[in-house]
Amino acid sequence: MADEATNPAPAARSYWHITWRRFRRHRLGMVGLSVVAVLFLVSFLSPMLANEQPILCRFDGSFYYPAVIDLIHQVPGSKLIIQKKRPYRLATFDFKREFDPERGDWALWTPMRYGPREIAAEPLAGPSSRHWLGTDQSGRDVLSRMVHGTVVSMKVGFLSMGIAVVLGLILGCIAGYAGGVADLVISRFIEIVMCFPPFFLILAVLAWFPPSIENVMIVIGLTRWVGIARFARGEILRIRETDYALAARSLGVRPAQLVLRHLLPNALAPVLVSVTFGIAVSILIEAGLSWLGFGVQPPDPSWGTILRSGYENLFTAGHMIPPACVAIFLAVLSFNLVGDTLRDVIDPRLQAERA
Amino acid sequence: MLSYILRRLVTGLVTLFGISVISFFIIQLVPGDPAQIQTSQIADAAVSERVYQQLRELYGLDKPIPVQYANWVRKLVVGDLGSSFHDGRRVSAKIGEALWPTLSVALLSFMLTLLISTPIGIYSALRQGGGFDRSVSTGLYMLYSVPNYVAGMLLILYLGVKWDLLPFRGMRSDGYDEMTTLGQMWDLAQHYVLITFCFTFGNLAYYSRFIRQNLLEVVRQDYVRTARAKGLGERSVVLKHAFTNSLIPLISLIGLTFPFVLSGSVILEYMFNWPGLGRLYFESVLQRDYPTIMALNFITALLVLGITFIADLTYGLVDPRISYEK
Repeated sequence: MADEATNPAPAARSYWHITWRRFRRHRLGMVGLSVVAVLFLVSFLSPMLANEQPILCRFDGSFYYPAVIDLIHQVPGSKLIIQKKRPYRLATFDFKREFDPERGDWALWTPMRYGPREIAAEPLAGPSSRHWLGTDQSGRDVLSRMVHGTVVSMKVGFLSMGIAVVLGLILGCIAGYAGGVADLVISRFIEIVMCFPPFFLILAVLAWFPPSIENVMIVIGLTRWVGIARFARGEILRIRETDYALAARSLGVRPAQLVLRHLLPNALAPVLVSVTFGIAVSILIEAGLSWLGFGVQPPDPSWGTILRSGYENLFTAGHMIPPACVAIFLAVLSFNLVGDTLRDVIDPRLQAERA
Repeated sequence: MLSYILRRLVTGLVTLFGISVISFFIIQLVPGDPAQIQTSQIADAAVSERVYQQLRELYGLDKPIPVQYANWVRKLVVGDLGSSFHDGRRVSAKIGEALWPTLSVALLSFMLTLLISTPIGIYSALRQGGGFDRSVSTGLYMLYSVPNYVAGMLLILYLGVKWDLLPFRGMRSDGYDEMTTLGQMWDLAQHYVLITFCFTFGNLAYYSRFIRQNLLEVVRQDYVRTARAKGLGERSVVLKHAFTNSLIPLISLIGLTFPFVLSGSVILEYMFNWPGLGRLYFESVLQRDYPTIMALNFITALLVLGITFIADLTYGLVDPRISYEK
């Protein structure tokens, strides 16, 4: 930043820096990005937001912090390093029942005192001061399940698109750079995948694997790479013919390095746009699959399963439907907003038009 | 031109072959074949095993997969899609039955989309950047982000259950047969309202934006300036000279999206208990009804390939500048 003061002509900034500065000027895009950030925070902090065990407590003379450990357990592999202390680790331990203030026990609870799988009250109760969004057919707190359902949606959205990006970029780069037989085979394969009814591959593969969130992620990733591969192929084809690619080639840069260092970084921007839209679509597919019973399995929470319990108890417990609908809508809308803004921001032609 | 058509036909056939082989193998790899599902209720193990073997033989599942595939292709060539493994009915009859519910909703929804989004698109293009343009496009954009099954759930909850205004299960009410013809039509129309709306609202943003964009492009052309210079009224310039020329990409857009609309929406049809292709598909997957699944896959693929091909050809017919020779 100091450079800017001394040198009125700004020094060359990185492409992403410029993109971010332009992105910040779009109000709707920033709103979308904020909602995405909130969803992210909610999903990361979910064990500290809604949990049947407290953040910090004194129980029978010693201190415990089970919700904090639940939060740490969000990081894969951390279960091997850190575990809850003895009574809290046991599935049968119910702190709320054992809690005894006369013994000197006290607890700092999470904002919502109910866990997503905890049977907390009467089934299908409407919203009340204890359960703001009511309870589901097993008497579990819907708000807590909504909070923990965010984790599922975010995980599926990002990880499945991660799989799709890796697959799509590899195949797209090979097709675009190598050309010839490789291009022919990959392009034909892409065409074949695109001709399937969109739900077919997903349903067929899920009928094959037991339904679980991991399998849903993998299956969505395996079916969504096609668009990315087509994008990457087109961009590589275009960039391959540019002068700087020619310059790099004539300097003797090896093909693998040429693609990775010189071509791919310049093809990433449009790919990022389609990834952002892809996250919205994956969240949508996951909720849809869970609704159909092919995704997240009860008692695990997900927006789709909450919607499903609402559908199954339409006449008695409609209160579960609007919250899940709002959550899915907000997630899809915010990712779409971010994607649209990104597309406007990274397209140099639009910039020229506005200037 | 002829060589282009031939080349496209050959690659199309290769793709079709690939699709049918891949879906055939995927289906067969799914554990739990139809014979197993159908015999799982038989308590006596020996009887169950015997029936299981007989069923496998009946369905041809005892043969190696390549042989099964060859048999499937041999029948397909003479237009025979086989019989359902689930209820033994002809697959063509099952699809024929499910076709109309899906097709009618798709057509209705397309007509509504065009009827609503065309005027919006034209008007927004004429008042580009104006209040109407911005507010309508924001509103439609929000609608576009409402997933259709989410809207379906809310409509069912409020219009169907809470306020009890519209039916939402199936195509007909219980006493349909006793109704007068007029009553039947009214009943049917009521059942169409919610599901058609769910298929339609999301497209509005896309289509009106598409029409607006195309019209904006055309309005800049010289012949539109010429029409204005001739002293034609604004109405005639926009509707006759500009809009008709912006229709071509619209037609190809409709063509490209239609096959997917035709394959129906699994979730929506399931949600509304609509006896269409999407639901048939879902149930066939659950029942491992191989012939029905294969037929539906094949038909969708054929439609996608065929319509893309026709769209590519019409580009050339409409716009002579496009050349098919490499």
